[in-house]
Amino acid sequence: MSNLISQLTLLSPEIFVALMAMLILLLDLFIQDKNKHLIYGLSQLTLLVAGLLTVSLGFSEPQFAFKDMFIFDSLALFLKMMSFITLSIVFIYSRNYLLNKKLLTGEYFSLSLFALLGVMLMISSKNLLLMYMGLELLSLSLYALIALNRDDKKSNEAAIKYFVLGALASGLLLYGMSMLYGFSGSLDLYTIGNVIQTQEINSELLVFGLVFIIVGIAFKLGAVPFQMWVPDVYEGSITPVTMMISTVPKFAAVAMLIRFLFQGLDYLIVDWQQMLLIMAVLSMIIGNITAIAQKKIKRMLAYSTISHIGFILLGFYVGTIGGVQASIFYLTTYIMMTLAVFGLIILLSNTQKPIEFIDDLKGLSQTKPWEAFLMMIVMFSLAGIPPTIGFYAKFSVLQVVIDQEVIWPALVAIIMALIGMYYYLRIIRLMYFEKSDKKLKTKTSLPMLSVLTINAGGLLVLGIFPKTLMSISALAVGGSL
Amino acid sequence: MIANHILSIAIWSPIFFGILLLLLNKKLSTRKINYLALFGALVSFIVTIPIYKNFNTTLSTFQFQEFHHWITPFNINYHLGVDGFSVPLILLTSFMTIMVILISYQSQRFKSASYYSAFLIMSGLMIGVFCALDSILYYIFWEAMLIPMFLIIGIWGGPNRIYATIKFFLYTVLGSLLMLLAFLYLYFKSGTFSIIDYYYLPISLEAQILIFLAFFMAFAVKIPMWPLHTWLPDAHVQAPTGGSVILAAIMLKLGGYSFIRFAMPIAPDATLLLKPLMILLSLVAIVYIALVALIQKDMKKLIAYSSISHMGFVTLGLFLISPLAVEGAYIQMISHGFISAALFICVGILYDQTHTREIKNYGGVINKMPLFTAFVVFFAMANAGLPGTSGFVGEFMVILGSMKENFWIAFVAATTLILGASYSLWLIKRVFYGDIGNAAVAKLSDINAREAMILGALASLIIFVGVYPKIISDITNSSVLQFIELVSFSKVGVL
Repeated sequence: MSNLISQLTLLSPEIFVALMAMLILLLDLFIQDKNKHLIYGLSQLTLLVAGLLTVSLGFSEPQFAFKDMFIFDSLALFLKMMSFITLSIVFIYSRNYLLNKKLLTGEYFSLSLFALLGVMLMISSKNLLLMYMGLELLSLSLYALIALNRDDKKSNEAAIKYFVLGALASGLLLYGMSMLYGFSGSLDLYTIGNVIQTQEINSELLVFGLVFIIVGIAFKLGAVPFQMWVPDVYEGSITPVTMMISTVPKFAAVAMLIRFLFQGLDYLIVDWQQMLLIMAVLSMIIGNITAIAQKKIKRMLAYSTISHIGFILLGFYVGTIGGVQASIFYLTTYIMMTLAVFGLIILLSNTQKPIEFIDDLKGLSQTKPWEAFLMMIVMFSLAGIPPTIGFYAKFSVLQVVIDQEVIWPALVAIIMALIGMYYYLRIIRLMYFEKSDKKLKTKTSLPMLSVLTINAGGLLVLGIFPKTLMSISALAVGGSL
Repeated sequence: MIANHILSIAIWSPIFFGILLLLLNKKLSTRKINYLALFGALVSFIVTIPIYKNFNTTLSTFQFQEFHHWITPFNINYHLGVDGFSVPLILLTSFMTIMVILISYQSQRFKSASYYSAFLIMSGLMIGVFCALDSILYYIFWEAMLIPMFLIIGIWGGPNRIYATIKFFLYTVLGSLLMLLAFLYLYFKSGTFSIIDYYYLPISLEAQILIFLAFFMAFAVKIPMWPLHTWLPDAHVQAPTGGSVILAAIMLKLGGYSFIRFAMPIAPDATLLLKPLMILLSLVAIVYIALVALIQKDMKKLIAYSSISHMGFVTLGLFLISPLAVEGAYIQMISHGFISAALFICVGILYDQTHTREIKNYGGVINKMPLFTAFVVFFAMANAGLPGTSGFVGEFMVILGSMKENFWIAFVAATTLILGASYSLWLIKRVFYGDIGNAAVAKLSDINAREAMILGALASLIIFVGVYPKIISDITNSSVLQFIELVSFSKVGVL
């Protein structure tokens, strides 16, 4: 009995989020339109309590529950806390936009919380089935979220596209899982790893299964060659949903990658290293080069995301703990930058005409100097120019690559970073060097602007004092690998 | 207490004033902004004087060292210190910032507070580059410095400013990123980012060559060396006067300084191996770029090309690796800082009145601006290397140094004395002498007291260094010997 209670305690954040997501869905029916901000408050409260519950589990040795299906370790603690904070900021930034678009409904919050639940389960799963369930919960919520603006054709197109490709990727992942099960007779990742290692199974069929697992992970990350959905989904969704999709699920995808490749199949490192390297290099090349040609800001950011994913994969490719630490650190900074850039786009969008094209930012420094300044910091950070935190992200990944005495991926990475600078600089150029042809009239909500200031200013402050963030992400990885 | 933080104060006081200006942007009148900027620059200059005063010239080690742990996971430290190569450049930087702010009083421009603050912040960052003893700290200053310059050219530049500033940025960053790879490789080999430790780190010849080439890309773009120079004329022509002055007087020097600090002592064997190539590139810059300067139609472009040609002397002197030539190269860096800055200021003064830089739109300026013309002629003669000016000392020492190496190097290098005189004097003839060219020239009025003061200060410094170069060579002397020793020491033999 006490065993059951301790197991349930370990899952208390998940249980709480699940209950609250359902409760919000239910309450939504009874709350009048003018009182919808109650739902917003309730969602934020959910995240806060879930965060407190997670922290109360403490930072200790890995703990397991439900026949070792569920694992809670320092990595899970870190990624879950990051997911809560990220989603909370997404909610803050989205609120006004949704209010203006008359989309501030229970669905958005409830679906986001369900997606979060999926993310949390994936972060903590040590078992193939649990992993798959988490993934499907996340994906189904995202399909619905993308189509949230149901009268918009683009939204529907994006949702269908994501659904078809996502279903395919899930199917492939499931196929790969079945192969792993066939080889090892177990669904538990540690057991699978042990069986493969002790029996020294290294047949080509096993690598074949590995390929499908990696396809599933790469699809969720949006790495080349599984990036096709990214630009369309980014463009088609309303900006709050884009912001959500480009941030929170990445924690799950990275957790999946670490659990599968580093905790389960580390015996096959030689095989998956090559796959990750190819995906990393291709993502950086295609992401950066294609981004130059984009006219719409969200498509540009989509390709820029792909290129950042390439950098994250480059850290994982190295295959050492240092590599994972670098990648987790990169992911953390990437999330901060993405939140800031989408937050700024939402802030500058007004009800009649949202910021859609890159040219809409023309002359922003004259009309909205502070917002333009924040955007400039974010762009320099995305480009990886010191003294912003984006520099240290690239720095730490390049450092682990050079440590392997392989120079060429690092060379490709810096050349691509240079190309990337061109389109980030283009935004600064438009904002600062060109005159605006029309006045940008938006009402600035002060609470949102202050959060954004902390967020974007943080990129600069952390760029001067990056030690803490580096140590935290290093600690998270070090405690569980 | 304060004595231990003398370098930090020199770095952070201009940055502090720059940020202060940004914050007070809307609250102050233009007049007050002008005064505050000047006050900030003066304070920043005064705090660098103790570095010169208390510098012990007999030591070749790094002085005024400051050490704080910074990013411990990577063993990156906030480590500052100066030797003879840094001190004159630090003073040059803080002095030039005053000149730039003074010269910008005239041309009333929009957002002048941001303009001044960009220069002040940049000044702090450049001093940071000269002080940093940790390679990542150095790298951060080096890269961060690009941001204000990028904005200065992009916001306050000429009609083609966007092309010029993006070209400037991307060119420089390409080199810098390769340098970052070199640092990461050195970290992998040694486990530290400390520059001093790199000097004694044994490295194989193959690795040294790669490291040298990575550094070369970063520094040769900055200096700029032929054939990586093409960003400079664009950047100079489009930049506002202040931007050109800082670019020519300080930014180009960062490349030369960094060769001394990094590329040559860290990879000495590669330096010796590639020495002929480097000398060849320098000679091409000296002669070919001087010829290019001769045919320019735009005054600023002409001075920009003349800058590249003169910086060729710096690289030539450095790669001759003899005490005399290195000393000469260093004096040439300082002297070129004064002369090119003065010339760019002169072009700026003309441009502010006529809004054209085309040589053919001028003629007979002397009739309207006699005092100004006197200054310009003096600076042009200094640029051509007239004995008694600082321009002569550096070039003469480098030519003497190259004579010891090989007669033909000296012969080719010496042709610049003819070519330099040709383009400088021909420029003077076309712009300042003759009859009054057109109505715009007829409306010119002579320089005011403020401008005369700026030009007078620069002219007296040029004469002072020209007559008494010992003031610089005293500071650098022991560092030059130390540098020669490091570069002559084979690291491959240790392996």
